[in-house]
Amino acid sequence: MSNDRVTLTDKQKKAQRSRSIALALALAAFVIIVYVGTWAKLGANILIRPM
Amino acid sequence: MGIRTVDTSGPDRPDENLSDYSKIEQMALVEKNASMDTSIGLSEASASDYVVLLKPRVMSLVVFTALVGLLAAPGHINPVLAGIAILCIAVGAGASGALNMWYDADIDAIMKRTAKRPIPAGRISREEVLTFGLLLSAFSVVTLGLFVNVLSAFLLAFTIFFYAVIYTMWLKRSTPQNIVIGGAAGSFPPMIGWAAVTNSVSMESIVLFMIIFLWTPPHFWALSLFMSDDYEKAKIPMMPNVMGPASTKFQILLYTLLVAPVAVLPWIMGFAGPVYGLFAVAMGVVFITYALRVWRAPVGKEMIKPAKKMFGFSILYLFGIYAVLLGEILVRKALLLAGA
Repeated sequence: MSNDRVTLTDKQKKAQRSRSIALALALAAFVIIVYVGTWAKLGANILIRPM
Repeated sequence: MGIRTVDTSGPDRPDENLSDYSKIEQMALVEKNASMDTSIGLSEASASDYVVLLKPRVMSLVVFTALVGLLAAPGHINPVLAGIAILCIAVGAGASGALNMWYDADIDAIMKRTAKRPIPAGRISREEVLTFGLLLSAFSVVTLGLFVNVLSAFLLAFTIFFYAVIYTMWLKRSTPQNIVIGGAAGSFPPMIGWAAVTNSVSMESIVLFMIIFLWTPPHFWALSLFMSDDYEKAKIPMMPNVMGPASTKFQILLYTLLVAPVAVLPWIMGFAGPVYGLFAVAMGVVFITYALRVWRAPVGKEMIKPAKKMFGFSILYLFGIYAVLLGEILVRKALLLAGA
């Protein structure tokens, strides 16, 4: 079965790593934006959670 | 939305270039190696290729003009939300750039200026770019709507639609007025910035819109006067190819005569000060002088030099107008803070 596996060239590995890092950074940035944005938008109201 | 599939045999593609384009489409996105199944395509596109899809230079102008609109608007916005608004506008502009590259890959491959873009260069497939553009469009519009307001999100969505569908898919290949009407897409950012603060569209934001809208034709037509061969090769009906250079030169002058007084309106309407006003007048006079030189230059090689100068100054003109407006706003805000 091992013969069926795809072997990446060095160029492909480098490109994949670059894309993975960029994607991770973009996702992390989005999480931070949503977190900080929610605080900025709702302010102290963020703590009001009616049961 | 009328988005077509990735079929490369559409009727609007330049027929004689189909073979070239098909080759590009078929070009491996990878270096095939011995152990690879030929049906598997692995991308060699790096993160920077995806950044190129966002047209960073256009994006920087969008961010700049949106920031001016946001800061010029009366009222207050939380600085974090202002930052999110600018980021969403930037990402939305980038998304429309990616959608433009997705649709225009065939003509990009023909034109010298655009042949090295990720799709014609064979580094990213059209399908990937379409997905990338649609995803970023959705994220930027929804985020802006959730965190800032629905009006600015609607304006951003409309801008993306206008650029990707109205301009790229329809006008660009069908009329020499393409960049006149399509220029509206590039004019919306200050209006979106203004709407992010005020949740409204006012005369002031329309004036900021009109400055860029009227500036776009002389800017692009000056470029097309010395790049018309490239546009002709790609069969894009730019003004010099369709109406001829003489008519183009006259229309450049006409639009320059319109934009120069409109750029002074922020001072007359009272949302910019005298420094901006006098600067806009001076820049307008110089802009008109350049347009007159282009108009008076005889058709042929002699018009290329003044056209290049006009193109160069047009960038300086818009940047200068908005930069001085921004500077004045910042000084006014700083003085207010110092007074308080």
